[in-house]
Amino acid sequence: MSGPSRELPRWVDIGLIPLVNLSAAFLVTGLVFLAIGESPVDSVIIMLNGAFGYGTGLGYTLFYTTNFIFTGLAFAVAFHAGLFNIGAEGQAYLGGLGVALVCLSLGFLPMVIIIPLAIIAAALFGAAWAFIPAFLQARRGSHVVITTIMFNFIASALMIYLLVSVLSPKGSMNPETRTFDPNAHLPLIHDVLAGLGIAAARSPLNLSFIWALVCAVAVWLLLWHTTLGYQLRVLGANPAAAAYAGMKPQRLIVIAMMISGGLAGFLALNEIMGASNRLLLQFTAGYGFVGIAVALMGRSHPFGIVLSALLFGALYQGGADLSFEKPTITRDMIVVVQGLIILFAGALEHMFRPQIARFFSSSWFKAKEA
Amino acid sequence: MIRKLFAAVAMTALMTGASWAADDKPAVAYDLGGRNDKSFNEGAFMGAEKFKADTGIAFKDFEIQNDGQREQALRKFAEAGFSPIVAVGYSYEQALKKVAAEFPNTHFAIIDMVVEAPNVASIVFKEQEGSYLVGVLAALASKTDKVGFVGGMDIPLIRRFACGYVGGVKATKSGAEVFQNMTGTTGEAWSDPAKGGELAKSQFDRGADVVYHAAGGTGIGVLQAAADAGKLGIGVDSNQNGLHPGKVLTSMLKRVDVATYNVFKAGQDGAFKPGVTVLGLAEAGVGWALDDNNKALITPEMKTAVDKAEADIKSGAVKVHDYMSDSACPY
Repeated sequence: MSGPSRELPRWVDIGLIPLVNLSAAFLVTGLVFLAIGESPVDSVIIMLNGAFGYGTGLGYTLFYTTNFIFTGLAFAVAFHAGLFNIGAEGQAYLGGLGVALVCLSLGFLPMVIIIPLAIIAAALFGAAWAFIPAFLQARRGSHVVITTIMFNFIASALMIYLLVSVLSPKGSMNPETRTFDPNAHLPLIHDVLAGLGIAAARSPLNLSFIWALVCAVAVWLLLWHTTLGYQLRVLGANPAAAAYAGMKPQRLIVIAMMISGGLAGFLALNEIMGASNRLLLQFTAGYGFVGIAVALMGRSHPFGIVLSALLFGALYQGGADLSFEKPTITRDMIVVVQGLIILFAGALEHMFRPQIARFFSSSWFKAKEA
Repeated sequence: MIRKLFAAVAMTALMTGASWAADDKPAVAYDLGGRNDKSFNEGAFMGAEKFKADTGIAFKDFEIQNDGQREQALRKFAEAGFSPIVAVGYSYEQALKKVAAEFPNTHFAIIDMVVEAPNVASIVFKEQEGSYLVGVLAALASKTDKVGFVGGMDIPLIRRFACGYVGGVKATKSGAEVFQNMTGTTGEAWSDPAKGGELAKSQFDRGADVVYHAAGGTGIGVLQAAADAGKLGIGVDSNQNGLHPGKVLTSMLKRVDVATYNVFKAGQDGAFKPGVTVLGLAEAGVGWALDDNNKALITPEMKTAVDKAEADIKSGAVKVHDYMSDSACPY
């Protein structure tokens, strides 16, 4: 596309444009609500209250946020290296297998040992699942977009086989493993706070939220304060220049994808070890795909990703509350709302950019600035 | 001061009143199939609607979007003071175990699964008995002596349907053949009408002319395929005779609506009873549907035969095998 004649101010790029996109999405959502005879204002109030207004709601919002931080970071790391990893869904799924195997087989160990082991297993399994597409891309030039999405299907088939035929207890109707031993449950935040003498509402929010924030800082350090991160960004900006500068693109592709897959695998810490305490089918529930929108909206910067993850977390939780409160707004309507936001924030991300760019390069703005 | 005290007392009375009223706040949480699946979940919805019509007491319901929301839905209902709360479907087992322990004063009910807790009523059905009856009808309606069965997800519960059906068919025509197919091994098998239709067609190709489904939303495709091919389908859970009048031989009724209604009613009367309730033919929890849509298909001989089978099961002269008792089907 034809870029703006002049670089946009930074606050416009990371602040104003996402805000305009978001407003457009909410505007269209409001029209949809009007069309089915619901007050948009009421609905927004219910959603906001549901997401932030009370302890349990806030807990769920941050719980969903945790998922989106992991998958958003996963997408961003690969994206900086010029790789479009849409396989976070499958990588997270396999990460769940890693976590479950640790929790099921080593449940007798003390918690302080199991937690690091589960973190390692989640990262290893996720990274291993990303390794094959990465290797194919690096060596054979098979495009990761194609291979990672195919690997999502393979992951799904593999997990169905394992859960139906191998891991589910005999005679159980649900294709899921047994519940993990109490040692292998990630502590819930409200229990931790209760231990400190602070009463908090019950929610599935667990320690992996902290881990997600740690990962966000780590990704920031990696990308902007290490040689490897610099190499990844050069590879993404210009592969030929990277090769010319003596970097090894093949190696970097594999590393970027494995870091990405490992981050995606952490999703399982939150969902499997933190919330459900057992491995079950389809626990990834599309978080891997929404992570793409989260990362795009957050400008692939960890700080932006945390913020947009919070937005999507609030949408998920507020949306659930909205369909709970208003019978006319079914669960399918909530999917429409989420879809609109993804559409405007992700797919149509550049829709308003030319107009905004023109405005900021107009003589009026320049005169004012001067 | 006295006025203040009075106000405080009035306030307390009001609040107690509110918590008393909470006993009359019934709720339903549906399974992934959703409220309008024309089958299992819709049964619960119909029962709740009937309760509303009879008593004027409104209920609240929720359709979950993913497995993670099971716990959230139950907890939210409980926190908001709803009771009794009906969880529709065996998949609520784990979520209910957790939430029921957190809210010991709230009454819960679960359908198709047994959860042992002092505040949970578990309602299970003898699907094998109802399936046996439609098996009798299928055998008599078949001209080729070959009938079919399409299940949803391959789980013991659905095999229980299949086993009872085979029992009914073989008891009526010992030489008859029954083709069985399951749609899949995951939750998606409940909502894949295209695949259901294909399975039914393949059974027709092998000579079957009556096909019974126990497949939730997938079954819509089975009944459609039967109607298209000029064969007979048999519905399940709700009365599905009206979906293709004259093309649906009958429906195996599983009275999820009655179960839901009874739980709500007990809640209203303050007569909630925890523990396991098993609803079979004798309790009118299962049965077969006869209405204007299939009147012409049920001949007097068929009616006599199925009535006799029903009486025999009720009296205990015929015992229909329960697949889930030993994970095997003797027929």
